[in-house]
Amino acid sequence: MEIFLQQVVSGLATGGIYGSLALSLVMIYQATDVVNFAQGEMAMFSTYLAWSLMNHGLSYWLAFALTVTVAFVGGLAIQRLIMRPVENAPILTIVIVTLGLLVIFNSVAGWIYSYIIQPFPSPFPTTAIRVGSVVFGPHDLGAIGVTLVLLILLYAFFRFTSLGLAMRAAAQNPASSRLVGIRVGWMLALGWGLAALVGAVAGMMVAPVIFLEPNMMSGILIYAFASATLGGFTSPGGAVLGGFLVGVIENLAGTYISFIGTDLKLTVALVLIILVLLVKPSGLFGRAVVRRV
Amino acid sequence: MPPLLEALGLEARYGWTKVLHDLRFSVEEGGITTILGANGAGKTTTLRAVCGMVKTAGEIRFDGRRIDGKATEDLVRLGIAHAPEGRGTFVGLTVEENLRLGAYARKTKASIADDLDRIYQYFPVLLERRRQLGGTLSGGEQQMLAIARALILRPRLLLLDEPSLGLAPLVVREIFRIVRTINKEQGVSVLLVEQNASMALRLADHAYLLETGRVVMSGPSTEVGKDDSVRRAYLGY
Repeated sequence: MEIFLQQVVSGLATGGIYGSLALSLVMIYQATDVVNFAQGEMAMFSTYLAWSLMNHGLSYWLAFALTVTVAFVGGLAIQRLIMRPVENAPILTIVIVTLGLLVIFNSVAGWIYSYIIQPFPSPFPTTAIRVGSVVFGPHDLGAIGVTLVLLILLYAFFRFTSLGLAMRAAAQNPASSRLVGIRVGWMLALGWGLAALVGAVAGMMVAPVIFLEPNMMSGILIYAFASATLGGFTSPGGAVLGGFLVGVIENLAGTYISFIGTDLKLTVALVLIILVLLVKPSGLFGRAVVRRV
Repeated sequence: MPPLLEALGLEARYGWTKVLHDLRFSVEEGGITTILGANGAGKTTTLRAVCGMVKTAGEIRFDGRRIDGKATEDLVRLGIAHAPEGRGTFVGLTVEENLRLGAYARKTKASIADDLDRIYQYFPVLLERRRQLGGTLSGGEQQMLAIARALILRPRLLLLDEPSLGLAPLVVREIFRIVRTINKEQGVSVLLVEQNASMALRLADHAYLLETGRVVMSGPSTEVGKDDSVRRAYLGY
């Protein structure tokens, strides 16, 4: 029972990170119908930025704040400078552009920071927390907390502010949005900025667990895809919940199904993607896309 | 006094096809102008041209200033509101969110709550449905929502694209009654594009008849309504 609980909590912790990255994928997908394959590498690059800021003597939370700010501006700039010129291009062109970004971020990170694996600090205390006979890792609990706070902030932003409302409107109906005076192009750029910010937080939360290196997010991105597919690419809340589910399923499968162990955990995510696409392609909470022909 | 909206030699094209030829029309401050015509005459394109949604040539003046070539988003800020073809409902947002979006470009945000109340008085059904998603409304309700969303901008000019399309006659009459009230009480000028010529002529003070992208007749609505060819082709008697 203790093992079970511990696995569930640590599953929730990594699941929150998958969910955050899935959320950033979904935010961009909903606004622009584009899957941003570079989302993981953008998060990795932001995490390196935080790491080098801390190496220059900044405190964790100051580096954290600077990093999310830079990530936001960076995401915005990528949309304006790189995605905007191709926004009317065929979908395959756009996909190739985001794949190109993935490769660029990956190689530039390797070039600047080298491929040597680096430790990344956790802002949370190191003493384990005991509840009865169950021991929880404080970073796990902290990561869950950070994820939840981030989600609540995003929800409040989209639900209660007029800018958030305008961003939702621009994603749903660009033509009508222009007619009420919303600058749709800027809303999409803001969406990229926010997605990059969420990704940066995910990167900084996962780095203490999987360590820092240029390829750290490649596996996480697949988990994020699994989460978004499971929850539904059209549902931000679903994607996050999908993340928690994937994290827990992955951990439980690794613990209780002996041949999976730690080696085949990533395969669990891929199997999940295939299963969901076969059984319910729109995901648990997604809407099926209906097109008039 | 110059008219509020004036088009001179207005042309528009989709790709290689020219759909508006040398249009000239105007809307007086506080007036209601209607543009009549059959399907494909260029009515919707005319409205789209006025609010910068298609490429145009020629002059459009609003309040004496050139506005042709300006972005739609900027025209909204000058006070031109458009209830578009197909009603433009944000189907995944609630009725109240739809209305709040209408006020997005407003300079004075303070009195939005009061204006919402006033608009709910014009359209009580929207008040009833304000927590419902826009996409769940009926056609007539969505048309009311489109007009209400345009009005909450406090526009000087309201562009209405076929508000009668696909609606029951009673609902159409209700919508036209509200448009008249708004015009009288708030002094909003209206440019109305319609197929339903008899309703439009009764509402408007000035009318233009559009055929394949050209103005073929214009004048006070009462005069245009008396014309034999208009009566035969558009009024059916």
